[in-house]
Amino acid sequence: MELVLTVILLGAVVTIVASPLVSNDGRARSRGSRRTAIETARDAKYREILDAELDFQTGKLSEADYREVDRRLRAEASELLGELEAEPAGDGAR
Amino acid sequence: MLNLGRAALSLALLIAVYGIAASLYGARSGRRRWVDSGRRSVYALAATLTVAFVVLEAAFVRSDFSFAVVASHSSTTTPTFYRAAAMWSSQEGSLLLWVWLLSLWSSLVLFLTRQRLREVVPYATAVLLGFAGFFAALVVFLANPFALANPVPAEGTGLQPLLRHPSMMIHPPLLYSGYTLFTVPFAFAVGALVARRVDAEWIRATRRFALAAWLFLGVGILIGARWSWSELGWGGYWAWDPVENASLMPWLTGTAFIHSIMMQEKRGMMKVWNASLVLATGVLAILGTFLVRSGILESIHAFGGSTLGKPFLALIAALMVGSVALVASRRAELRSEARLESLLSRESMFVLNNVVLVGLCFVIFWGTFFPLISEAVSGQKASVGPPWFDRYTVPLAIALVLLSGLGPVIAWRRATPANVVRTLRGPLVVATAIAAAALLLGVAARPWALAMFGAGAFAAAVAVQEFWRGARARRSATGEPAPAALVGLVRRNRRRYGGYLVHIGMAVIFVGVAASSAFQGVHDVRLSPGQSAHIDGYDVRYRRATSALSNEKVTLGAVLDVSRNGRHVATLAPTRGYYASLDTRLGPVGRFFDGEATSEVGLRAGLRRDFWTAVQPDVGAMQSMIDGLDKRFPLATGRTEGLLLAALAARYEVAPPPASFRLIVSPLVEWIWLGGAIAALGGLIALWPAAALARRRATVLSRVRLGRQPSHA
Repeated sequence: MELVLTVILLGAVVTIVASPLVSNDGRARSRGSRRTAIETARDAKYREILDAELDFQTGKLSEADYREVDRRLRAEASELLGELEAEPAGDGAR
Repeated sequence: MLNLGRAALSLALLIAVYGIAASLYGARSGRRRWVDSGRRSVYALAATLTVAFVVLEAAFVRSDFSFAVVASHSSTTTPTFYRAAAMWSSQEGSLLLWVWLLSLWSSLVLFLTRQRLREVVPYATAVLLGFAGFFAALVVFLANPFALANPVPAEGTGLQPLLRHPSMMIHPPLLYSGYTLFTVPFAFAVGALVARRVDAEWIRATRRFALAAWLFLGVGILIGARWSWSELGWGGYWAWDPVENASLMPWLTGTAFIHSIMMQEKRGMMKVWNASLVLATGVLAILGTFLVRSGILESIHAFGGSTLGKPFLALIAALMVGSVALVASRRAELRSEARLESLLSRESMFVLNNVVLVGLCFVIFWGTFFPLISEAVSGQKASVGPPWFDRYTVPLAIALVLLSGLGPVIAWRRATPANVVRTLRGPLVVATAIAAAALLLGVAARPWALAMFGAGAFAAAVAVQEFWRGARARRSATGEPAPAALVGLVRRNRRRYGGYLVHIGMAVIFVGVAASSAFQGVHDVRLSPGQSAHIDGYDVRYRRATSALSNEKVTLGAVLDVSRNGRHVATLAPTRGYYASLDTRLGPVGRFFDGEATSEVGLRAGLRRDFWTAVQPDVGAMQSMIDGLDKRFPLATGRTEGLLLAALAARYEVAPPPASFRLIVSPLVEWIWLGGAIAALGGLIALWPAAALARRRATVLSRVRLGRQPSHA
């Protein structure tokens, strides 16, 4: 019984580990690293814009300071969107 | 099933070695298939270790004493509930638990990142499998849980009596989950540094793992403290024990990391610091495991010396040298993308909070390892006690609580000074009022406690004010009723408001710690039935002695009536359980009193104060009776042994010798557990992922606000 279970376990392990090596699946799966880095920075910038808005609404920033911070955050976000549009959509995997 | 377990462990080690090689080859050659195979090795590792874990757990539950580890850590008389947990009371079982948990978390993170971080993931996989390989090697070669007992005993030694507490079912798995979860951001940090991908993507991918590690470790530490308070007979919840300290250190650096990564995510700042912090946290997590398992420092948790010291030291040394070299070699890539715009900014507060947290960690590290340091320098082993730790940690803790109050009212980038002053006015009034009330109640003699009460009130008031202001802003924007606005606010900003809830919880914990440490009254008295003691306004009367028998222990105890100003407050029944030794040469009765003994505390818990009692029956006064029974019935077993013990117990109830009692009145101890529950809830809220729809809505909203149309990029 133990031997059978051990053989089944070994077979399952080999199947799990070796399947990518024998598979013909070569489709592109990952986006380019630069693109994902920019997307991460863009999402963080969006969150920063929303955070600054909440800081203003909860009284931590004066209106003048909020407008200044918000203007710069939007400019930075626009810059990131420009960079993103200049990047190719994805790359392949070997 | 021993052979299946052994085969699974050996297979796990082979899988780890193969997975490391496949991942590194895939990363270096750019062949994705090998990288995928390396990732799948982690899934296979998890499956294999699950088989090993289940086999061992089943052996404990079935009391299969052909497993040496089961024979030495469990018995048929151990309740099933505790038999299931006995596995991690052993060195072998706890190491298997460690590597099994690691394989589960590793599988989860690699599944979630299977289409992301292409350059980083192979190296992170290799690091995770490196840890797994190390622990798999330990359980295969040095502490194999599938060793055969030879000869197979008819009965096991039993679980350490101190560990027979419900908390022990979950305390070690929680701590180990915390330690192993911290290896995930550690591995991804290494991967990011090796691959020179030091943007915030790796942080985004592993942030929740760091938060989960923080949560598990924190809850595990508190459950351990609760166990100490309600199970150990010394009357405290924290002793600055090396193993307690070892769990606190990665929690502190992890707390610093959770705060400082926000600066890297938002502004590309603190990259060197964040990398160093998460690497240090990973090393401290391994150090924590090492301290429990090596027995290098004296601790109630270090269950005996072992042969694992050298491998662990080699691993820790390699991790430290590798981490420093990696960060140093990537200085150029780790340069900050932005500078501090103002000293009055959230970023500055985070820097200060990080300095205090790391300072606390350093103090605790120094105090914990002082015995080794002093031995290395002077040749004599000296240790430092709680007063030394308190001298340095108390002011730092007060500073930390104050900063947790200041941080939330200060905006990112730069705050408007006039607005900060206006926002702080309310919390400062609350803090002053609480401090004044404490002064009136006579707290002036304990200035540190007074300062902590003020700081805690300030931090909690700030956090409550933040909830109120946020809900008010949302209400005015959406027209929702107040409760819906509050819920909506938290749902849309889980990380921020979950964090504020954690701040409230931590403030409550620290106030509880300050009050119970500064104003605890401890009294040791010796009473006979009918006698009373007067302590801290309470009258405690020893009403009668009690006894109970079970298969595995004799329990002697007392019933105490506690009253205040003539009014009955509580009836408490502390006991002490005497577990039988397996050495029958000690006599059928004597073997119960030469084995392990544990206290069951009599506790009246309340929000204002706990009344805590423990009893130490004078067994010495009964020694002549015990010896007499052993002499007359030296071969008594089973039913006869039970009759002898019943006679002894009856005699104890009828004519008990005076017993020693420890009586403690400790204020606000319950606040520690209450604060822990609040902080855990906050951690869960921060951890809970935002719904995909809400994320999409926020993205679309932001793009529209930027004047661009949403796309599907």
